Amino acid sequence: MKVKQISVFIENRSGRLREVTKVLGENSINIKALSLADTSDYGILRLIVDQPDAALKALKQANFTLSETNVIAVEVSDEPGGLSNLLDSLDSADINVEYMYAFVEKSSNNAIMIFKIENIENAIKVLTAKNMKILTHEEVTNL
Amino acid sequence: MWNTEYEAMDIGERKKLQLDRMKHLLQYVYDNVAFYKRKFDDIGIKPSDYKQLSDIAKFPTTVKTDLRDNYPFGLFAKPMEDVVRLHASSGTTGKPIVAGYTQNDIETWAEVMGRTLGCANCTRESVVQNAYGYGLFTGGLGVHYGSHHIGATTIPISGGNTKRQVMIMQDFGSTILTCTPSYALNIVEVAESMGVDIKSLKLEFGMFGAEPWTDEMRKNIERRMNIKAIDIYGLTEIIGPGVSSECEAQSGLHVFDDHFYPEIIDPDTLEPLPEGELGELVFTTMTKEAFPVLRYRTRDISRLFHEPCSCGRTHVRMERVSGRSDDMLIIRGVNVFPTQVESVLLTVDEAEPHYLIDVRREGNLDLLEISVEVNESVFSDEIKKMTALEKKIAHEIQTVIGIACKIKLVEPRTIARSEGKAKRVTDHRKL
Repeated sequence: MKVKQISVFIENRSGRLREVTKVLGENSINIKALSLADTSDYGILRLIVDQPDAALKALKQANFTLSETNVIAVEVSDEPGGLSNLLDSLDSADINVEYMYAFVEKSSNNAIMIFKIENIENAIKVLTAKNMKILTHEEVTNL
Repeated sequence: MWNTEYEAMDIGERKKLQLDRMKHLLQYVYDNVAFYKRKFDDIGIKPSDYKQLSDIAKFPTTVKTDLRDNYPFGLFAKPMEDVVRLHASSGTTGKPIVAGYTQNDIETWAEVMGRTLGCANCTRESVVQNAYGYGLFTGGLGVHYGSHHIGATTIPISGGNTKRQVMIMQDFGSTILTCTPSYALNIVEVAESMGVDIKSLKLEFGMFGAEPWTDEMRKNIERRMNIKAIDIYGLTEIIGPGVSSECEAQSGLHVFDDHFYPEIIDPDTLEPLPEGELGELVFTTMTKEAFPVLRYRTRDISRLFHEPCSCGRTHVRMERVSGRSDDMLIIRGVNVFPTQVESVLLTVDEAEPHYLIDVRREGNLDLLEISVEVNESVFSDEIKKMTALEKKIAHEIQTVIGIACKIKLVEPRTIARSEGKAKRVTDHRKL
């Protein structure tokens, strides 16, 4: 149920973001989703890729500072109020979202959101109980 | 111990020797260096007014600008045909300090450097990898002479070409490494990236000096190299390295005080301070011929103590110098030493001891920004954890130096590694 996310420390210097994507491209690794959080000095690039282990190895070899985190990918019905509905479920269970970002591709007719949640097991339980679809890593990479 | 006769000499006997040598030195500079004659005459003092060791306080001190004003050879006491060697300080601003040596001076240097290396148990069986720079800088040749004096196997590799340093350390079986502490760290990192475990090599001792470093840095290097790291001290103005050295006890540096007479003075009043008190370190070269220096103010803060050392040496000890005033920054009126920042960084989890201090002035306000390398053990996918880390480091540095600073996290290995004296500060202020 969990999806492996790779985070990369990126100093605010020109060309650093391109370096990451270049390394991934050269190793035939496909980016499925990404988000960039930034401060004035650096950014944290979060990536969901089709081959996380190969990506970690390649980026490490290129001397990037990395961390691995488990996140969940949840289907959200692509209509007004869809996301609000989902957040409502988490909120009423007192589950705090650290951050989230959207997937580019759709799963059937639904949008997909990535969530970083501290208590991930609890979130999976709550969302499953509400009949929301949580995607596996395979499902995510096969989109 | 390299020279038991002098290093473990009875203290009373050494005092007699100092008295004789100092009397000779005072007469010698008065007769041979116009600068000293004028200074003595100005305050109406004669070499013969020196009757006991404490009388030295009556004589004038010498400061760096005196040396610069007499650039290059104005303070030499011997004609140039007797000078066999010139060295010079790096002098990043203005003219360098020039030191001349007669053949006897070179032999004195070899002797005190022999004692220094002896502090790391150096013998004829030792293999000394000398990674101090050879050239005008005194570090390389100073160690070179000491190592030859003992008869150890000397590897004059000089600084730089770090992969080669690691290969040679491995293949030649170096037992003693001599370089700056920051270069030692650089060598460790390069060895790690080459997959070489320095801990398993024959290296036993490191003799590190020429830049200020902290005890935290020492422990870091000792752990990663599995060696004993010895702090050595010297300055071009006095002779180069070989003024003082720690022994295995790592408890203060033994000053080779049969050649260099140390004093601690109050930097404001210039009055001598009683033994054990903290003040400015002052040296007189009692035996040098070409470039004798009288009561040279080092600007280094230390204290002297005479308690017997477990190693048996009776030389007076000086406390390790935590920072040179040359490296000192004055920020918003507060004195800041780069070593203070270093000591904090080494206590912050897994932070690497690589940093760069950047000072700029906006309006009338000095801004202090410290770049710190991020490593994987501290990196998180959450911005709030990263900013918390920045705040934590900034807070701890502020606790030590007393002023606020900004921490800038940078990627690993982006701060330039040193091959000699590390560059820790960029000051953009035009003062």
